[in-house]
Amino acid sequence: MSLELRGVRQSYGDVEVLHGVDLTGRPGEVLAVVGANGAGKSTLIRVLAGAQRMTSGELRIDGERVDLRSPHDAHARGIRTVYQELSIVGGLSVTENLLMGAFPRRRGGLIDWPEAHRRAQELLDSAGFGAIDPRVLAGRLSVARQQMVEIAKALAGEVRVLVLDEPSAVLAGSDLDALFALIRRLRERGVLVVYVSHRLAEVMELADSIVVIKDGLIIAATEPARTSETELIGLMAGRRLEQIYPARRETTAETRLAVSRLSRKGEFEDVSFELRAGEIVGLFGLVGSGRSELARCVFGAEPATGGSGAYRSPAEAIAAGLALVTEDRKRSGLVLGMTVLDNIALATMRANRRGPLIDTAGRKRRVGEMIDRLGIQPGGCATMPVAALSGGNQQKAVLAKWLLAGPRVLILDEPTRGVDMATRVDIYRMVDDLARRGLAVLLISSDLTEVLGATDRVLVMREGRLAGDLRSEATTEDEVLAYAIGQAA
Amino acid sequence: MTGHIARIRMTRDVTVTAAFVSLIVLLVAVAALTSDTFLTQTNLTNLLKQMVTTGLLAFGMLVVILTGGIDLSVGSVVAFSGILTAGLVSGLPIPVAMAVGVLSGVGFGLINGVLVARFGLAAFVVTLASLTTIRGLAFVYSEVPIAPEDPAFFTLGSAMAGPIPVSTLIMLAVFVVGGVFLTRTPAGRSIVAIGGNAETVRLAGINVPRHVTLAYTISGACAGLAGVILASRVGIAQPSVGVAFELDAIAACVIGGASLAGGRGSARATFGGVLVLVLINNLLNLYGVQSFWQQVLKGLIIIAVILVQRTNRVRG
Repeated sequence: MSLELRGVRQSYGDVEVLHGVDLTGRPGEVLAVVGANGAGKSTLIRVLAGAQRMTSGELRIDGERVDLRSPHDAHARGIRTVYQELSIVGGLSVTENLLMGAFPRRRGGLIDWPEAHRRAQELLDSAGFGAIDPRVLAGRLSVARQQMVEIAKALAGEVRVLVLDEPSAVLAGSDLDALFALIRRLRERGVLVVYVSHRLAEVMELADSIVVIKDGLIIAATEPARTSETELIGLMAGRRLEQIYPARRETTAETRLAVSRLSRKGEFEDVSFELRAGEIVGLFGLVGSGRSELARCVFGAEPATGGSGAYRSPAEAIAAGLALVTEDRKRSGLVLGMTVLDNIALATMRANRRGPLIDTAGRKRRVGEMIDRLGIQPGGCATMPVAALSGGNQQKAVLAKWLLAGPRVLILDEPTRGVDMATRVDIYRMVDDLARRGLAVLLISSDLTEVLGATDRVLVMREGRLAGDLRSEATTEDEVLAYAIGQAA
Repeated sequence: MTGHIARIRMTRDVTVTAAFVSLIVLLVAVAALTSDTFLTQTNLTNLLKQMVTTGLLAFGMLVVILTGGIDLSVGSVVAFSGILTAGLVSGLPIPVAMAVGVLSGVGFGLINGVLVARFGLAAFVVTLASLTTIRGLAFVYSEVPIAPEDPAFFTLGSAMAGPIPVSTLIMLAVFVVGGVFLTRTPAGRSIVAIGGNAETVRLAGINVPRHVTLAYTISGACAGLAGVILASRVGIAQPSVGVAFELDAIAACVIGGASLAGGRGSARATFGGVLVLVLINNLLNLYGVQSFWQQVLKGLIIIAVILVQRTNRVRG
């Protein structure tokens, strides 16, 4: 079916975030929507999903004007949405998650489990995710598999429009291939797929048409054949980006962190490496290779079971000048219920006191300076709840917290995941700047391009062991990947 | 858009505070208009004295609730510290006996805290167990009420500073100092942050178990102090006193907008919650409402207050 948005405006209170969006999607089309953080993509998705009633404008399905009153309404019309945030219930089986509320019954009202599992399996098979066993608890599955269950769930019943919000963020390798194959099959079946993603390479590969949304407006509509990634980035950012990655730096000989034969049972083994002042070192590995576990252990968050170089507690690590920006800012980077000020000052409260009390004036000044220096938007947001910031700015707030502690070694775990290109470039510049000031940086990333472009050296992990130590200039993406999957010569 | 949210948040806080203050003013007005006795010196003094127990327990409870925990044992601690103090008065100077009473509360709080924070046990279970254990200990110490004869024993609970009972001033001081502790000290901010996200706090180099233990210890200290003051005010310490006091303390926190999930709540708003609760109690007493009906009404009123808050929050 064809879907048409005309002059869609959306306001929250007295602030308008969509300023008249026009969008047309045809059956059997993959329509990519790209845009920076805060451009209005999420709001657009919510409107399509029926989760948000548009303030003005209209939605037409096959030319007929439709008013989506609720997500249920959208669902009934064949519009399915898979959000970035998973809604899987971990304590229930995959079957229960898939059939939620629509179980086959025996006479007498009891659930017919064999039939339920059969239907669930059928759904998974038809989505191309047949490898998932519907009987297991959803919480036992990897995040990637949970995402696949989520997508399969959206495909129950008659689907005419499928909206995918950053579906590939947690997928890699064969899982990603399965997703792409599914999207192509849906396209052949005449489904309109609205694909929202930061990953431009994917968009260029998959999409039939691309729209760029910026500041609540569609500013460009194009096709992969007529554009390039660079042009899209420029459009999203509203400026031309000359260079994504900064030029390389001179590294010094001063060792800032030396880890020797470090092990943690069941996670990684016998890992040795050094970080020098002024150096940015990438740490690459597939999911499950032990990258984040290694970082957490070095930082003292989990005890090591062998080797040396790791700190015994985060407090000790911080005292020695380490800072760890974790992978999941909501779970371990921020206290969402607190203000920006409280969050940024969290790691330095004890150091900045007047007698027993926090030096509130000094704290406010220091945090304010950090907000300005990192360009956290909106400016002067110190007293706002940190949850009100956009994702990219929340990430900057986490970084600000650690920079305030004046670190000598900075460990960044996936700092650009779910962050748009323009903000990424900001982050690369910032990290480069810090390295130039003499910090040693460990950049953990599963983005090959980034791990080579932004670093001086790349450590590659495979199944808990260090498989390679390569100079970024002298290696290739293929070589790094070969080390990561164990096929290096 | 984000600036907008901040603005909403701020006006919402103002609205909630305004709603709160007007609720208290309304309660006072209704009380003053419908009852001849409400504004009498005796009743007001009584009211101020009655606030002390609920107030002290509520502040301690707030600190624990902020970490995301709960302390069900405070009522039993009130009984134990009271009867211990009354029993010790015969052999020890009164201030020392009272200090020992308060310290017994500190000790119980410390044990609760260690069990929750170091051993990772569920707060509900730990403090439910200590509720019954400490109550048992109070009866083991003395099955019968103890009434010290030395009139100096009554001073703490009955002395007046002008029109205001000294015990009330102590309670107020706890709220003021406690409010500063929660908003302006590293330990206080850490406690609030732990309830919001303990993992983030741990990775910021802050010792989470130590702060959680501190929170339970503060609650125990407040309960110990409340027990000593209560025994002194009534003039007799009973091992059976304080049953279900923890519920009033929790109710005061919740009425004050604290989240039982932790991370949200303030000393000021909790004090407002205490006022609301005590005024309702006093009002129902003045009207001569039968005590069982009082319980029913109190429960319903608490639900109503929380519903009003919730709608405010959602609308905001």
